[in-house]
Amino acid sequence: MSRPVSERVAPASVEARGWGWRHAGRRRWAIEGLDLSIAPGERVLLVGPSGSGKSTVLHALAGVNGGAEEGESVGELLLDGVGPADRRGRSGLVLQDPDSQVVLSRLGDDVAFGCENLGVERSEIWSRVRDAVDAVGLELPLDHPTSRLSGGQKQRLALAGAIAMRPGLLLLDEPTANLDPEGVAEVRAAVSRVLDRTGATLVVVEHRVDVWHELVDRMVVLGREGRVIADGRPKEVLVSARVELLAAGVWVPGEPLDVGAARAADPDTDVLLSGHGLTIGRQAGRPLRTGVELAVPAGASTVLTGPNGAGKSTLALTLGGLLRPLAGRVVAAPALAAGIGPDPSGWRSRELLHRIGTVFQEPEHQFVARTVRGELGVALRALGEQDTASRVDPVLERLRLEHLAEANPFTLSGGEQRRLTAASVLVARPRVVILDEPTFGQDRLTWIELVRLVRELADDGVAVLSVSHDAAYREALGDVRYALGADSLGTGKAA
Amino acid sequence: MHANANQQSTIERPAKRARDLRWRVVDIVVAAVIGVATGLLFLLWNNLGYAWFSAADALTPGLGGIAVGIWLIGGVLGGLVIRKPGAALFVELLAAVVSALVGNQWGIETLYSGIAQGLGAELIFALFAYRRFGLVPAVLAGAAAGAAAWLLELFTSGNLQKSPEFLGLYLTTIVISGAVLAGILGWIIVRALAATGALSRFAAGQDVTQRV
Amino acid sequence: MTGRVERAAPTTTVIGRRPSDATEAPAAVPPPRLRLLPRVNPVTRLAAAILVTTPLLFTIDWVSAAVALTLQLALFLAAGVRPSTMLRRCWPILVAAPLAGLSMLLYGRPAGTEYWSFWLARITDGSIELAVAVTLRVLAIGLPAVLLFLDVDPTELADGLAQVWRLPARFVLGALAGARLIGLFLDDWRAMAMSRRARGIGDHGAVRRFATMAFALLVLAIRRGSKLATAMEARGFGARTARSWARPSTIGAPDAALLVIALSVAGCAIGGAILAGTFHPVWV
Repeated sequence: MSRPVSERVAPASVEARGWGWRHAGRRRWAIEGLDLSIAPGERVLLVGPSGSGKSTVLHALAGVNGGAEEGESVGELLLDGVGPADRRGRSGLVLQDPDSQVVLSRLGDDVAFGCENLGVERSEIWSRVRDAVDAVGLELPLDHPTSRLSGGQKQRLALAGAIAMRPGLLLLDEPTANLDPEGVAEVRAAVSRVLDRTGATLVVVEHRVDVWHELVDRMVVLGREGRVIADGRPKEVLVSARVELLAAGVWVPGEPLDVGAARAADPDTDVLLSGHGLTIGRQAGRPLRTGVELAVPAGASTVLTGPNGAGKSTLALTLGGLLRPLAGRVVAAPALAAGIGPDPSGWRSRELLHRIGTVFQEPEHQFVARTVRGELGVALRALGEQDTASRVDPVLERLRLEHLAEANPFTLSGGEQRRLTAASVLVARPRVVILDEPTFGQDRLTWIELVRLVRELADDGVAVLSVSHDAAYREALGDVRYALGADSLGTGKAA
Repeated sequence: MHANANQQSTIERPAKRARDLRWRVVDIVVAAVIGVATGLLFLLWNNLGYAWFSAADALTPGLGGIAVGIWLIGGVLGGLVIRKPGAALFVELLAAVVSALVGNQWGIETLYSGIAQGLGAELIFALFAYRRFGLVPAVLAGAAAGAAAWLLELFTSGNLQKSPEFLGLYLTTIVISGAVLAGILGWIIVRALAATGALSRFAAGQDVTQRV
Repeated sequence: MTGRVERAAPTTTVIGRRPSDATEAPAAVPPPRLRLLPRVNPVTRLAAAILVTTPLLFTIDWVSAAVALTLQLALFLAAGVRPSTMLRRCWPILVAAPLAGLSMLLYGRPAGTEYWSFWLARITDGSIELAVAVTLRVLAIGLPAVLLFLDVDPTELADGLAQVWRLPARFVLGALAGARLIGLFLDDWRAMAMSRRARGIGDHGAVRRFATMAFALLVLAIRRGSKLATAMEARGFGARTARSWARPSTIGAPDAALLVIALSVAGCAIGGAILAGTFHPVWV
């Protein structure tokens, strides 16, 4: 099919000369002395450790760094030779979090939003909207509710909203970090198609290099404070800057993960927690899956996978005694129940603590204290323990959080928050630990750390159940593997 | 150049920070979100204890005013976080709209009370010329929101038909409640919010976080 | 597998199946369309609600409230609102009305015979009449706001506010975008409630738990709001360029008709009270 000529855009050029940015109220510059020149039509992957200011560059190019109230800049950062703030619509930005980029409640309206802000004629808007929705492969009606899109669809929606403005520069800030493998593939394919159609310049920031390195033709590695430490063709940079990339937690393709492989365990020995004929769902009358049978053995790591929307998290919450099953039974073995009833959903909150610990997907949902140390004390106080320090300190040390003991939990980085939520559960020493997408969006270093932690727990005799769609995680930790069925296959064994 | 930059920053703050009273996009959206979240919290709180409070309000001579303060917190939060003219009004009005649309008893009156209470708090921030956002303005703003609520209810609830003793007691309790539950509590909440780093794009957050 | 040849590679067990009776992604139940109002702009409904109820705020008498309430009920029934829908949507008003009446009964300005008194509370002929009037008034004021907005789409309301009423578009759209997050906040709330149970503090201290959850919700809300603002700004929101509108919002004859009806209801209510001699300005 031949595309209308109008979809081609004039690709933008980018020029940074000694550019730097400091956020208001901070003493340290987020990025300083950046020199970088990107030719029209180039596709650049920008990587670097957290704190290298790569997102700051992207936001500045999109003209959304805020004015004098939010910080100050030095040097020059130019888009087509002028300041980005004066070129609204010349660049399009897609951010990491799918949920906080949807502006309006209907798909078509959301895509139209950018065009409206640029003052595009009404008839022109709707033809652009249709083109954009088509380009990103969202085969849905324009009045489809945006609240019912999956993560991958939301990211493609954000992409459509960006390209409907016909930008010469496409900026992607970790657009796939919060997506499952299916969503990642969708978004990458959409970006690839969009670039082929429009010919726009691309700058993408991402620590999952494997997702993008074949789609870009240039890779720039930033060091701390924005110094360019490598710049060139992806293949060459991956070799020349390998050490720096690994130290920065970047996922270098083909680099082995030093965590060992899963070892098959018999799911039927030492079972601590099991589900029998479970029907799961968050609301009565809205079952997600039925006939679920599974057993979680002690001293092994069990991994649960399944397609989007199959109810993996719901099953985890049900097994964790946080949701009642709609039908069937969750049974805690006598060794786990230790004198109280076998049904975890009937236990009191305090009784769950040293039996089943659940780590949720979103760390910020779990914080209740003002400091990291306080978070760890919560469970112990609920258990009525006097000497909390002697229990808290070793856990802080084990998870490398000692230096943050007095920090506010909300101020931690993503990886630190993840470790803290694990720590706040482990401090109560539960016999069963349930983790929902523990490696979601984590960099390579945090990933390795979490995998090792889970392996240690299993070796200590804990029954660990993880919900994960991460294939590498499953390879490393899937001693026992379950998959929630995609369709009406029923119960059965599969390879 | 690092040393130079450091020096500049110490001189700049807080005397020379550009104080722009125009609303940025982030001001508008975060104000909206605070308004929506407070409105929603009112509803969730209503589920928890509103029946009790309204019963107390009905049965005691004006003592129900003690609990009213919490419904005035939107304006104080808005004023303290956003620090722009109209912020208290915008946030309180939105909180009112959300609780009205998602379901509460007072219908269109909620809009009026949102406006009145928001204006009450706004008046105080304006009197301080949108320059001071400490505990004192917060307490006064909460109290003024309470007084504005009292004033409006003279008409909307027909309170002018109630006895002067009732009205006097009600005014006293609602002002105290506004000062404490909206003013002091609002100020504490904003400080705690700043400590979480959530307000890093706002002057309210940049004053508190003194990280490197 | 290296080293562990004695063990077989782990196999995956497929568990569970989609329930046979499961509906595919249940659609949100659409609110009932109001029969006579489909082409009325939402801002006109807002105007109508204001026009019907505001005059009632200036008088406190049972006739005006009763007339307004009766006419409103008749009009809403004609517009296709089922009584069951009314009850379901309006129950908070039904609870609040007698409570407001009770307060007036005890503390309303005393007049005529006194039947009972305790400290500041006095039940008199005058306070009884005021109580009846206030009870009816709460109903008459609450009902239109809830029912007129039964089927209003927030996006259309915002379009109307910005295009028809010419309110500042940045604020209207900012508020609309913020309102869209309500659904996410409710999901956050549920997840936070479960996490409190998992963390051992779900058993007691409802108020304290509410406080930690409310605070966390504010943090999440502001974080989301900041990110949303960035996303909106990146799409040109707040730029100095004059904005265009993808969805036109217009008003016409049906809007005028609704306003006439609203004014008539208010007129009948106030006029009826004056004729009946019960009109009673709140400030007298």
